[in-house]
Amino acid sequence: MADGGELGRTVRANVNGTEVSRYVANRSTLAQFLRDDLGLTGTKVSCELQVCGVCSVLVDGSPVSACTYLAVDIDGRKVETVEGLADGDTLHPLQQAFVEEFALQCGFCTPGFLMMSVALLRRNPDPSEEDVKEYLDGNICRCTGYRPIVEAVQLAATRMREDGHV
Amino acid sequence: MSDQRTQVGVPVLRRDLYAKVTGAATYTVDVSPPGTLHAKVVRSSHAHARITRIERDAALATPGVVGIVVAEDLKDLFPRFGHIVPDHCILAIGKVRYYGEPVALVVAESLFAAEDAAAAVEVHYEELDAVMTAGDALADGAPLVHEEFYRAATDESFAAMAAAPTEDGDGGARDNVAHTVELEWGDVDAAFADAHLVVENERVHYPMLYAYAMEPYNAVADFRDGRLHVTSTAQHPFMVRTDLARIFDLPLSRVRVEVPYLGGGYGSKSYTKVEPLAAIGSWATGRPVKLVLDVEESIYTTRADSADVTVRSAFDAEGRIIAREFDVVLDSGAYADNSPLVLAKTVNRCFGPYRVPNLRARGRSVYTNTSPASSYRGFGAPQGSLPGELNIEKAAAELGLDSFEIRRRNLVRPGEEILRGKRGIDADLLGDLEMLANSLQSHAREDSAIGIGFTASDAGAFPVSTAQIRLQVDGSVLVLSGSTEMGQGSESALAQIAAEELGVPLDAVSVAQSDTGTGPYERTTGASRTTTLAGLALQRACTEAKQKVVAMAAEVFGLPEADIASVPGGVQVADRPRVPFGEVISRWFGAAAGEVTGVGLVRREGVTQKMPPFWEVGVVGVDVEVDPDTGAVKVRQLATVADVGFAINPRAVEGQDLGAATQGLGGALFEELIYDGPQLVNPNMVEYRVPRMQDLAERIDTMIAERGDGVGPYGAKGAGEGTLNPMAAAVAGAVAKAIGRWPTRVPLTPERVWRLMNDLPEEDGE
Ligand code: FES
Ligand code: FES
Repeated sequence: MADGGELGRTVRANVNGTEVSRYVANRSTLAQFLRDDLGLTGTKVSCELQVCGVCSVLVDGSPVSACTYLAVDIDGRKVETVEGLADGDTLHPLQQAFVEEFALQCGFCTPGFLMMSVALLRRNPDPSEEDVKEYLDGNICRCTGYRPIVEAVQLAATRMREDGHV
Repeated sequence: MSDQRTQVGVPVLRRDLYAKVTGAATYTVDVSPPGTLHAKVVRSSHAHARITRIERDAALATPGVVGIVVAEDLKDLFPRFGHIVPDHCILAIGKVRYYGEPVALVVAESLFAAEDAAAAVEVHYEELDAVMTAGDALADGAPLVHEEFYRAATDESFAAMAAAPTEDGDGGARDNVAHTVELEWGDVDAAFADAHLVVENERVHYPMLYAYAMEPYNAVADFRDGRLHVTSTAQHPFMVRTDLARIFDLPLSRVRVEVPYLGGGYGSKSYTKVEPLAAIGSWATGRPVKLVLDVEESIYTTRADSADVTVRSAFDAEGRIIAREFDVVLDSGAYADNSPLVLAKTVNRCFGPYRVPNLRARGRSVYTNTSPASSYRGFGAPQGSLPGELNIEKAAAELGLDSFEIRRRNLVRPGEEILRGKRGIDADLLGDLEMLANSLQSHAREDSAIGIGFTASDAGAFPVSTAQIRLQVDGSVLVLSGSTEMGQGSESALAQIAAEELGVPLDAVSVAQSDTGTGPYERTTGASRTTTLAGLALQRACTEAKQKVVAMAAEVFGLPEADIASVPGGVQVADRPRVPFGEVISRWFGAAAGEVTGVGLVRREGVTQKMPPFWEVGVVGVDVEVDPDTGAVKVRQLATVADVGFAINPRAVEGQDLGAATQGLGGALFEELIYDGPQLVNPNMVEYRVPRMQDLAERIDTMIAERGDGVGPYGAKGAGEGTLNPMAAAVAGAVAKAIGRWPTRVPLTPERVWRLMNDLPEEDGE
């Protein structure tokens, strides 16, 4: 942030496996930090009120809303975003299942759904349909009508259990 | 030919989805050229007020501020926009007409600086009496939202739409009626006099809605050296270009509007929104300017027209419609935007796909001091079908017919006209009805309350489409189309059509994103037109390219053209092996270089002569359960029939249909923008509730009817909004059956349903 007079401080964090250190404004959100300072624009912002879930990322493994989480608070923590999911050219099983099940159309909500689903499957590798709906109820999608997303998460869960994916 | 299709009609994976799941896909909001400044809009804090003074010195002194633009600074420009009536001020001129209207634009080095400075701009107002509802606006002596008359935009296909507000002006008193439409045939009064039964629904209310495309409106503009380059969230970049060119008096060729992936559109990103604001920011500062609205600002930018409709229908003893009469009033907000067209479509679509021998439908679109209304998916059809279909359900109940039977007796048969003189219906609605009935009835329970809805929309808009195909020497193919990929899968569908037509693998085809600077013209991306009209243009482009290759091959081989056969992927001479396109091209150019371009054009001619280009049918049904204690409505079954002629990609069609149906359920059950005084009480996603995952219906059946009856490629016609259109009507009909009362408005929130069940007014007027 090049603007004069902004109060801030330097934060060090691990983002998708890379150590980063940046001076950030005190009022910068994690979403602004990821998108504007690190260029990780995969994380999107919509409602800015913690109700739509598009900005979901994982901080120390737990989902947070990057639209309201302050960037200074990631100091010393581990952040995971959608850009860190694929392994080189190989998609994460959730990403692959989302494509196969048509679990997205415009795709704007997708990074948030993927990160929440990652958190869900780490916690519960074999979620029932109800489990998926309950866990993802805080994520809005305006395009798909949700059913394909539930199917994708369950497909990925099945494959991950079969492959011993973590 | 038809049985050899390999690339269309099969569920292929959408290629845009790969970029989207990795976070690599670029949306407008991700675009930030070097040196970009950030803009923030200062907005009106009144519904209707004269601007007496704007003080910007303190704000200009904020560190990082580069400039602040107000209407006064735009004197040398054309300071308004609007594709039908250019009444929409970029920045309020003289007075504000709704709470949230842009009054000034602050441009700064950072977003924080812009926000701080925006808060420091002081606008002084002298408040005026406001008209907050259509009823207020129509009252005698109501304050005027617009005192002035505007000359209609010059686009011929819209000019007719704009006739009313300008012609009224000759001596007549100005009022708040922005536009009127009337449609009449037969002898309505005589039919009502003869009727066996007359059924009326009075003032059925369809709410103001927010489409909530999750990516808010945003744009980046760069004005330099007499050229304007805009990247924006526009569904119709070519129409935005027209507005921008008029503002700055630039030739179209010097205005470039580029559209990357859209984070949702659903019609709400049709037409010009924030592009002029970003553009004047750049024009004033000489640097690229980025403007991203937040959700509250987006809600105040565009909403759907709300409607109050009264309907009366006359039936004979066999339950056949003999006449229908509608009175439609739309609350269109402070500016016309697309509301004249929404009104025309409401009038065309309200009476449904039925045989209506005598019809009178009258509509008025009214200016009020509320946020401007414009397009939202299916516009006109949801507003009109709620009263229209609810009225059919009520008639069925009075005639002792079930919901399916009354429609069997009245639906138009294939080829019959719905609108006099227009294209007959290109769908088999009775066939669709039986599919729907089978699905719902075979899973019905004893206490099922089933409601259904039918709509037919004159769709596809005005047929002007162009496409280009460029065959490369390495065998790959580039498709250029002006259609915007907003999630509907057009990019993928166009690739499939090109692969099919050329006989090349799908992987060989790339589709370029919409760009008025480098891509071919496409009038709009809306009204579900891409598959049909852009698809037709693309098919023609492929044909032209193949003919060119045949001519080149004739030259290369020294043979008459008649001896060269066009075969999948290339050409063939007698029984010699096939020569691929790329090889013909490089041999003709004499180098591994060059390309062949095919161009395809679509206009009102041939198969697309008759309007509308196609009918988009909406066929839905729900089975609901109402909680007797709370009034909460649960959807047990959701069934939809997509009558698409031919599904280029069946999975994509189903996906679009479920998405549209779910948005329709939102409008039926939860969604409504509510004004209380000058401003909305719920301009945010906490209080404006949209469907969530746990609202999913217990059983969902998305059916596809393919009868090859469209004018598009392979008999296809548009899809994508049909299932939204009759959804509110179907839900209201089902709830009526469940509780034995006729709702007069949606959304059917638990409180409203509970009030109905207990014989209380649906609005508590608290
Ligand atoms: S943008 Fe963070 S939850 Fe909606
Ligand atoms: S895919 Fe568009 S919002 Fe979910």
